[in-house]
Amino acid sequence: MRFDRHARRKWFSHAITVLAGLSVLVVLIPLASILYEAASIGGPAFSPSFFTQTSATPCSPTPGHPCSLGGIGPALQGTIILVGLAGLISVAVEVAAAVFATEYRGRGLGRAISFTADVLTGIPSVIAGVFIYTYFVLYDPTIVFSTLTGALALSVIMIPIVTRTTEEALRTVPNSIREAALALGISKWRTTLQIVFVTALPGVLTGALLSVMRGAGEAAPLLFTAFGSRIFFQGLNKPINALPLLIYNFAESPYQNWIELAWGAALLLIILILVVNVLSRLMIQRMVRRMRGQ
Amino acid sequence: MNPTKLRVDHLTAFYDGKAAISDINLEFPERAVSAIIGPSGCGKSTLIRCLNRMHETVPRTRVEGHVLLDGEDVYAEDPVRVRRRIGMVFQKPNPFVTMSIYNNVSAALRFNGRHSREATDRAVVRSLEQAALWDEVKDRIDAPATSLSGGQQQRLCIARALAANPEVILMDEPCSALDPIATSKIEELIGRLKNDYTVVIVTHNMQQAARVSDYTAFLYIGKLIEFGPTEELFERPKEHLTEAYITGRFG
Repeated sequence: MRFDRHARRKWFSHAITVLAGLSVLVVLIPLASILYEAASIGGPAFSPSFFTQTSATPCSPTPGHPCSLGGIGPALQGTIILVGLAGLISVAVEVAAAVFATEYRGRGLGRAISFTADVLTGIPSVIAGVFIYTYFVLYDPTIVFSTLTGALALSVIMIPIVTRTTEEALRTVPNSIREAALALGISKWRTTLQIVFVTALPGVLTGALLSVMRGAGEAAPLLFTAFGSRIFFQGLNKPINALPLLIYNFAESPYQNWIELAWGAALLLIILILVVNVLSRLMIQRMVRRMRGQ
Repeated sequence: MNPTKLRVDHLTAFYDGKAAISDINLEFPERAVSAIIGPSGCGKSTLIRCLNRMHETVPRTRVEGHVLLDGEDVYAEDPVRVRRRIGMVFQKPNPFVTMSIYNNVSAALRFNGRHSREATDRAVVRSLEQAALWDEVKDRIDAPATSLSGGQQQRLCIARALAANPEVILMDEPCSALDPIATSKIEELIGRLKNDYTVVIVTHNMQQAARVSDYTAFLYIGKLIEFGPTEELFERPKEHLTEAYITGRFG
């Protein structure tokens, strides 16, 4: 009897282990296959000119007439400009909002900011685009499709993410640090910005990086704002392209060379996101170690 | 008895509308060590945190009454100015984790106005010497503050408070997180500090109060029971409660 029960437990334990192993596979397969697919189709598109040139005229190869490929230069440049601008806007707003939310926690406005950030995080990104689009159609239709509106739409997506992570980072700073600074006769303002904020900086930067990556991968908010373009940056008031927009537009085109560019852009985007993810993880580790005083 | 440096006048402090200490009247003499003792939860920390207006940094707190520094009400002043004259050392060492030893000690000078590099250097050395830490850190003044041991970190926090050039130093159970050797170093240090500063120390350790202080206040459930020269309070307490507490019948 006792032996039986033992055998049953052992069998059950093995079954669960196998099940858990299978679930790991289920999670890993999509990631691996996306990476493989993007690398095998998009990889061949990579060359120095891929990063610098504009895309070639659409064409599908016929025997004896290979198509020229061109590059995704404008989209890469556009993503950098859009995300950079949106990052600046978000960081400016976010520093103020998060500092207020944590340092003046418990009071009405601080709570309201946290709550707003939570709700905004859940808003579908296409709504952010429509929101900016509508606003500019009403107030300044000449720049509805422009770098500026694209950056604004992205920042609507990015602000709540950065606010949330910054708030989290500020919260990990022990209260004893605040007390130490205040007790030295350092003003509340300086304590918050120059001591608490600086202590939380790795966490804040991590949040900024994560939001930048989120922004870099978004196509939906840009559909009605940045619009897309096949040439390089023309000014803040002119349309601009971005990597996800290029993928969206080119992948559904019937032209062989554009589809190849879309795959290349997809691979580039995945690599960028992986790199930033690893970087931000390292930064979080460093911050946690420092907080523990090692 | 030295002249009074800090006078507590009908002080009542609230958390969430409940009084943690009520109607405290006390006079801390200049250049002497005064200890505040009493069982846990009696309001020792609340009292000391009212002296430099740290109590009010906690949300939903309130203070009634006055604290007079050299006869001037600190509650009529800018709290930031008050805290520059009344320094504080906390229960657990709380160095600025992102800063070096040097930057920790010089924090008050660097954040509170412009001082020349030479003046800052001199203040750092002087404070570290006063805190009996200079010999241990002079070769690694730019090392992270967190590389120091717990006892050294607490002396660093004392040096950091001293560098601000305060007149009064408040210590809220400064040894409760330290081992006996580190504790004895801090106690020696307190004995020397009273030559230049008025020291107020909260401790739940009666032996420590007897060892380091010249005057002792006994607090019980938010009320001041007795205040007097340490020797008198421990050997010939006037109040029944004091006697019961110091002989270990409760607490």
